[in-house]
Amino acid sequence: MSTEAARLDGRAILRFAPHARFRFDEVRQAWVVLAPERLLLPDEQAVEILRLIDGERAVDAIVDELASRFEAPRDVIANDVLPMLQDLIDKKVLRR
Amino acid sequence: MTTVEPPLALLAELTHRCPLRCPYCSNPLELSRASAELDTGTWCRVFGEAAALGVLQVHFSGGEPLARRDVVELVAHAAKAGLYVNLITSGIRLDTERLARLVEAGLEHVQLSLQDFDPAAGDRIAGLPGAQRAKREAAALVCDAGLPLTVNTVVHRQNLERLEDLIDLAVGLGAERLEVAHVQYYGWALANRAALLPTREQLDKATTTVEAARSRLAGRLVIDYVVPDYYAHRPKACMGGWARRFLNVTPAGKVLPCHAAETLPGLDFPTVAEASLSEVWYHSAAFERFRGTIWMPEPCRSCERREMDWGGCRCQAFALTGDAARTDPACALSPDHPLLAEASREAAAATPDFVYRQHANAAPARREGVV
Repeated sequence: MSTEAARLDGRAILRFAPHARFRFDEVRQAWVVLAPERLLLPDEQAVEILRLIDGERAVDAIVDELASRFEAPRDVIANDVLPMLQDLIDKKVLRR
Repeated sequence: MTTVEPPLALLAELTHRCPLRCPYCSNPLELSRASAELDTGTWCRVFGEAAALGVLQVHFSGGEPLARRDVVELVAHAAKAGLYVNLITSGIRLDTERLARLVEAGLEHVQLSLQDFDPAAGDRIAGLPGAQRAKREAAALVCDAGLPLTVNTVVHRQNLERLEDLIDLAVGLGAERLEVAHVQYYGWALANRAALLPTREQLDKATTTVEAARSRLAGRLVIDYVVPDYYAHRPKACMGGWARRFLNVTPAGKVLPCHAAETLPGLDFPTVAEASLSEVWYHSAAFERFRGTIWMPEPCRSCERREMDWGGCRCQAFALTGDAARTDPACALSPDHPLLAEASREAAAATPDFVYRQHANAAPARREGVV
C-alpha cells in the first residue's frame, strides 16, 4: 500500500469530477457517491475524508486535519487516506 | 433471514424499439410493441417511486431510449426526483440540439455502444449500414457537450481479434471509461451462441490485452472488464444477488429483478400499474423467490461462497437446465457444468449466420406471453 500512497503528491488539491456527486441520501441516512458507472457507499471513515475534499485544501492539509481530529499519528492517517484518494482518482471520481 | 436493503439502481427500459439489430441484444426474444409502452406520466410516477424507495441511479435503456419522443421530459423528471441519470444509447439518433436539451434536463453521463473497431464489421454486427459513422459522431457530440463518455463494447469471437484497436479507438473517441463486456448468453445471445462464443484461447488473449491496456492507459482510460462465465470455475454473483441491489422496469411496465428474469416460468412479476415499486421490492413473491440463500439446493446451500456468488444466475440455470432453482452450471461444483464444455465444442465446430434481433424472429411458441 505504501507504493500506492507514494503516487499521490501531498501538495495536490483534489476536487470531485464534474459529474461525480457526493450527497446525503435521506432513505439510507448515509452519504453516497454517484459517478459514471460507479456507485459508492463510503463508510464513516471515508465520509470524514471525502467531506474535506473542497477544491481548496491540499492532501497534506487533509491528513493534518484528520490526524489532529482523531489524535492519531500522521503517518497512520496518511496510510489510510492516500491510497483511498488515489483509488478514487483512478476511478475518475476525484481529480487534481 | 437477511435484511432486505433498498435497491441501488433502476434499469428503465423505455422501449424495445431500436435502429440496431445486434444478435446479442439483452432484450427478450419477445419484444414489446410501441403500443404497449408505458406513457410519460406513468414513467414519471415510477421515477418518483424509485427515488422514494432509495434508488440512487437510473439507467435509461431500451431498445434505444432516444426512440422515445418524451426522453428529455423523462430525464428532467428523473433528475428532479434526485436520481443520477445515465443514458445507454446506440448514438444513432443523437444530435446537437437534442443532446443540449438532455444536458439541460439533468443528464449526467452517456454510455455509447460500439460494436467493432472495423466500420464494416461494426455495421454488420449492428445490422445497420452507417451505424459506426453515426456512433463516432455521437461520441464527439457527447464530449463537446462536456458529458463524461463511457464506451461499451460487447466482445465475442467475431470481433475479439480487433480488441486492442477497439481500445485505442475508445481513447480516440474521447471516452473516459471503456466497458469491455463478453457476451452473456441469454435470449438473443443464447440463440446466437455458436456464432459468438469465443474459444478459451481467444478469451485468455483478450484478458491479457485488457490487462496490458489498463497499465498502458492508466490515468487516461478506466477499463471495466466483464468476463464470460462459460470458462469459469465459479459463477458470477449475477446482479449482486437476486433482488438485492437492482430492479428493472420493462417497456410495458413489468417490474423485474433483472432484465432477463421475464424468461423464468412460474414467477408472477407485478406491473407498475398493479403495485408500487416499494410493494414489489419488499413484498412480491417473485422477488422473494430467489432472494438470499433459503431457496438454494446443494451444492450451494452448504457452500462457503453462497453469500459471495448467491448461487450464480437464475436465468442461466433455467436457460441451460430448464430449472431456475438449480445451481448455475457455470459453477464447477454443479452437476450440469459439462454443458458449458459442450457449448464450447459446438461453437468451435462451425460459425453459423447471425439470427438478428427483430420482431419477426421471435419463435411462435414464445408469443403467448406478449403484453
